Amino acid sequence: MAEGDSELQDLYRDVLLDYFKSATHKGEIAEADIHSHGVNPVCGDEIKISASLTKDGGQESRRLARLRYTGHGCVISQASSAMMAEALEGLSVAEARELAGAFKSMMLRETTPEALPERLGEARAFEGVRKYPMRVKCATLAWNTLIEGLRAPPASAASTEFKEK
Amino acid sequence: MIDPAKIRKDFPILSRRVRGKPLVYLDNAATTQKPRAVIESLVSFYERHNANVHRGVHELSEEATNLVETTRAKVAALIGAKHSHCVIFTRNTTESINLVAHAWGRKFLKEGDEILLTELEHHSNLVPWQMIAQEKGVKLRFIPVAHDGTLDVDSARRLLSPRTKLIAFSALSNALGSVSPIEKILAMARSIGATTLIDAAQWAPHRPIDVRAWGCDFLAFSAHKMLGPTGIGVLYGKEEILDAMNPFLGGGDMIRQVFLDHSTYNVLPYKFEAGTPNIADAAAFDAAIDYLQGVGFDEIERHERALLGRALSVLGSMSEVEIYGPKDLDRQACLVSFNIAGLHPHDASTAIDLEGIAVRAGHHCCQPLMAKLKIPGTVRASFYLYNTLEEVDRLAVAVSKAARFFKKEEAIA
Ligand SMILES: Cc1ncc(COP(=O)(O)O)c(C=O)c1O
Repeated sequence: MAEGDSELQDLYRDVLLDYFKSATHKGEIAEADIHSHGVNPVCGDEIKISASLTKDGGQESRRLARLRYTGHGCVISQASSAMMAEALEGLSVAEARELAGAFKSMMLRETTPEALPERLGEARAFEGVRKYPMRVKCATLAWNTLIEGLRAPPASAASTEFKEK
Repeated sequence: MIDPAKIRKDFPILSRRVRGKPLVYLDNAATTQKPRAVIESLVSFYERHNANVHRGVHELSEEATNLVETTRAKVAALIGAKHSHCVIFTRNTTESINLVAHAWGRKFLKEGDEILLTELEHHSNLVPWQMIAQEKGVKLRFIPVAHDGTLDVDSARRLLSPRTKLIAFSALSNALGSVSPIEKILAMARSIGATTLIDAAQWAPHRPIDVRAWGCDFLAFSAHKMLGPTGIGVLYGKEEILDAMNPFLGGGDMIRQVFLDHSTYNVLPYKFEAGTPNIADAAAFDAAIDYLQGVGFDEIERHERALLGRALSVLGSMSEVEIYGPKDLDRQACLVSFNIAGLHPHDASTAIDLEGIAVRAGHHCCQPLMAKLKIPGTVRASFYLYNTLEEVDRLAVAVSKAARFFKKEEAIA
């Protein structure tokens, strides 16, 4: 390993690069119950999250049957989107919101990576990003965009917007 | 010839280390570093001269007033303005342009009029015009940018009409480094009697200005991009136009007489300088101009040409690097904008930052231009008088290291 690569390796861990390459959850759900659009004005990166919900139960207990993302962005924002979609698909609205909150707390150094729930085990690979405050927003964009989407009443299929500061 | 080793000693911050490595500062288009003379001038103002201006008859107030007015005269001489009172101090280029949009645009633009801009404008020479256009029912038109980042002025002639009231353009692109055909655009404006505004935010730090030779009506730039402090900007305007304009902000200093129901306004430049101005930074800007003139703009240009030439050749020889802009030293200046194949500019610049090198990544406040080039953004290295050829080479090494890292990882399809 060349000198200086260790920092690069610590930031861009293999897990991140694998998620970045993964296309499993890329795409847009046409008949989605949730559409949310997020923009990071610092870099202009954009992401669109769409999700379909199961029909059973009250709003908070409906499940994210499918969760997809599209958009363009850096390795960190794309990897984070892919990991989020994989981890949260199948969970209820309430559970997804809680895990998204846990991920954000970890990125903002309010909690440690070790404290992340097992379901977000892979997200510990984002630990290295925390050293670069300007890049933390890249990692949290997808999650914030989803949280915004989960706020809207699903039946309305309303489109929501997350605006990073 | 500029000896950067000697110049660097005048800039305390350049001896700093960043991420364990000597700082290489290549983000000069965003803001430049400050020489000791400017920093000392700020300290000296607060330690020795601090008082409000134009208000007291006491000695300190007179000294403070003199310091601001000395800088104003120096700026006027720097840009070839006939009168000091045609130099208005603002916070920055953005405020200067907004001042014109409000104080000139509100008064003189009418529904159906047109404003001609270019596709490569910084948001600060676009958004203020969008706002006034919406308010007044004015139409915005744009000189197209060719793929190499140059302005297609010849094809812009067909965009001209008797309704074109203003042509506002950047002299030097902050995103691509392309130099605008300034005189050609000004001649075009003259042929139809349009008012002209030059955004010289990137030009003023690097090249000489002669507003009388150019014959432009307005010119705007920021001190912080030319070794000066933040918070002080310049708007130059022709006297008769400034006189005819509405005031911008209302309040103290900009008035002559105030009654309960109306006021009369002060003379230039104070008509446009409401409230307590940025006295300390205006005073310290003087030292920045002295510094630049001490080195000389000819020398600065020669040095920057060498730096850009080296950057274009070393980065240009790397197969994984794509450079945007004219790539020609006669049509491009001071900065180079590029991407590493398949790599988002933010990832590239983080990798470069890990080597202690400060570059800017992103859309550079030029989202419409990035959309036109169909890229999310670029990595931009921008140079100034204290940069060295070795620093350009260090950038090249960092770029190739980043390219290798992400290729090796095969992260990028
Ligand atoms: C071409 C151009 N115009 C305008 C601006 C705005 O300058 P400021 O932020 O100092 O108002 C900049 C720099 O950011 C610029 O590069």
